[in-house]
Amino acid sequence: MLENAFIIPLIPAISFVVILFFGKRFIGAGRVHVVGITALGLVWVLSAVAAFQWTQRVEDPPPGAIVQLEAHVDEHGDQRADEHGDDHANDHAALSQDHSKDGHGGGHSSPLIRPVISTFSQWWSNGGVEFAVGTLVDGQTVLLLIVVASISLLVHIYSSEYVKGDRRYVHYYAFLSLFTAAMLFFVMAQNIIQLIVGWELVGVCSFVLIGHWWEEKPNTDAALKAFLTNRVGDIGLIVGMIVLWGTFRTFDIDAINTLISADPAAHHFALLVAACCLMAAVASKSGQFPLHTWLPDAMAGPTPVSALIHAATMVVAGVYMIARLYPVFYEGFSIGSSSINLMAFIGGFTALIGAALAFAQWDIKKVLAYSTVSQLGYMVMALGVGAWTAAIFHLFTHAFFKACLFLGAGSVSHAAHHTFDMRKMGGLKKDMPHTYRTFVISALALAGIFPFAGFWSKDEILLGSLVGQENSYPLMLIFGCAVALMTAAYMTRVIWYTFHGEFRGEGHPHESPKVMTVPLWILAGMAVVAGAFNLPSPVLEPFGLEGLAHRIQTYAEPSVYLSGLGLSHPDPSLAMALVGSALAISGILVTYLYYWRGMGPHGMTQRNRYAKNGYTFLENKYYLDHLYNDVVVETVKRPIANWANRFNQNVLDGAVNAAGETARDTGRWIYKWIDQGAIDGSVHAAARGADSSGEGLRAIQSGKVQNYGQLLFGSAAVLAIVFVIVV
Amino acid sequence: MLLNQFLILGAFLFAVGVYGVLARRNGVMVLMSIELMLNAVNINLVVFGVQHGVVSGQVFALFVIAVAAAEVGVGLAIVLLLYRNRTSIDVEDFDLMRG
Repeated sequence: MLENAFIIPLIPAISFVVILFFGKRFIGAGRVHVVGITALGLVWVLSAVAAFQWTQRVEDPPPGAIVQLEAHVDEHGDQRADEHGDDHANDHAALSQDHSKDGHGGGHSSPLIRPVISTFSQWWSNGGVEFAVGTLVDGQTVLLLIVVASISLLVHIYSSEYVKGDRRYVHYYAFLSLFTAAMLFFVMAQNIIQLIVGWELVGVCSFVLIGHWWEEKPNTDAALKAFLTNRVGDIGLIVGMIVLWGTFRTFDIDAINTLISADPAAHHFALLVAACCLMAAVASKSGQFPLHTWLPDAMAGPTPVSALIHAATMVVAGVYMIARLYPVFYEGFSIGSSSINLMAFIGGFTALIGAALAFAQWDIKKVLAYSTVSQLGYMVMALGVGAWTAAIFHLFTHAFFKACLFLGAGSVSHAAHHTFDMRKMGGLKKDMPHTYRTFVISALALAGIFPFAGFWSKDEILLGSLVGQENSYPLMLIFGCAVALMTAAYMTRVIWYTFHGEFRGEGHPHESPKVMTVPLWILAGMAVVAGAFNLPSPVLEPFGLEGLAHRIQTYAEPSVYLSGLGLSHPDPSLAMALVGSALAISGILVTYLYYWRGMGPHGMTQRNRYAKNGYTFLENKYYLDHLYNDVVVETVKRPIANWANRFNQNVLDGAVNAAGETARDTGRWIYKWIDQGAIDGSVHAAARGADSSGEGLRAIQSGKVQNYGQLLFGSAAVLAIVFVIVV
Repeated sequence: MLLNQFLILGAFLFAVGVYGVLARRNGVMVLMSIELMLNAVNINLVVFGVQHGVVSGQVFALFVIAVAAAEVGVGLAIVLLLYRNRTSIDVEDFDLMRG
């Protein structure tokens, strides 16, 4: 399965074609979800097989799968060819021991397992540069395969009820499948060109699905906004990829990472430029400040789409790309030796402002959207401080509980007359017990309460910021702690407004059917246990299960690339865990007292001018949309429009007019001289000649036999005379 | 020489016939003038046949006489019909084909 991983994205791609082209006619518009769910079930099984095979590969590496670090540094160019010897079993043991000494003792150190790279064919070649197509499968890839396949499968099932009876049910499922295919293609990209292709494909699916109900203007606006904002970042993506190619003369991700980790300092400046450009792409795709504004608007799409695309999978594409090309960023931003850098700052700042904005929203989906922005900021921050595993671990856990929250919000809206306004909800706890419980479990996971999944991953991020690599990242730690507090608080606020108090809407809310609650429970279950995949060893020691510690670090981390950078793992810290938990619990407690007990400064935003201003500031989302639309777009648009208008009037119109006048004059001249003069003249002349000759000959044809006879004999006589004279 | 006198006679007769065809207005007289022209040709045929000592000239002349008889028959029938329809046999009156 690892070599033939291309089958995995192929299945949903086929499903897309089948649904789109044969869905309505041969399957039936109401039954296309069967195709999608079947395909995704298959994908899930294959992904699970791939994940299992990868763990086998790590546990029991086949000969040739282990990279020897020394060979790596010295002759990185062609070590791949001559590493198929049989003597690797011994090297492997020696290498693991060496490595556990380096790794600060914190993590379970693993042998350097080479990813499975299959290059199928040359895509095309241009000027001697070959563009290959293939798959690169390693632990990071299979982790994402599992996440994407699981969430996508559950969303497919959930959607069969949620969008039932929709007029574009077929298109909905088709694009859900296409999105899954694109995302799976993206995560197993073998070269950066494939990364770009997958990146754009998921972008276009996002665009289509945000604008699913395009009859309403806000939805199409949101789709366009998402698309255009992503275009801004895509320029960074392409420029960054070009810089990478220009530096290393290869598109191969494996080759780029290997070259950098072999000699990190060799191309520092080029990597800095590439990393800055790629950071713009990450900012647009993963909703980082200042390009995050499209993500909340993207909630205009159907809720399952928000859960799949705008919470769990697509928006982590940027995080995934950083993780995939981590040596570029690590070296470019000097993560190892600095105590603040662009990526960590953007991530931390995004986490903070996203969390702050989540307080001022009344739309439950927008709260969750800003929460997603904030959590993505967390991941980027974790990558920025060098905590690779923590970021990917958080990506993993976040995908489950955030998908659960979104689907829960969808369930609430499904029950409560399709509104997402929390002011029209309230008291749904007793009517929707399953939704309520799963929502609370996931919210606790998001808030980072022990022992839910979010606790473990968030703790690792905070720990990563505290310890850093060579230096600690104090500002990131402050950001991270503040966000931990705020996350707990705003999630409590959401639960209060949605599920507690009095019902403020109309009609009778009811629990959603099983086809929606079962996926919720599965995701909630994952939200509880997903943290177990990367438990720190001290937690497991009392139970004698140290072997199960740091599974994600062991399996998913591409240590083959990262070890060359000297990336280290921090020791688990009980103090940090306690501080993180205390922050989260205090966040919940304060909000609980504020809403449930009515304590604290209620109505402060009405009374206090500063608080009111602050609230307005938040409500208007820091005026970023105004900045973009009114300031940036207007200032750019108006001169361009004016200039274009002038250009249009003077140059284009002038040219067109001149061309028109020339054409007209030419036409006139041709009409006058050629058409009228030559052609008509000759026609007229021919006619006149025929006419006059006819008139002349008319006299001869008198109708009288004797005149004819005269002519006959006269002519004969003339001919006779000529005959006599000549002969 | 005898030949010349016959040829001169033929030419004279032919000229008279032509004159008759072109100048006479009576349809019957036109037909008769055509007969004169045909017989002028007959004289020539016979004379040249004798001159060359072959009989084919006289054979041709006999054929011409036979065909001329038929032609006169048809011509007189036409004249008769013209007279019946237009009560005139003046060829000057018949110019329906004038351009």
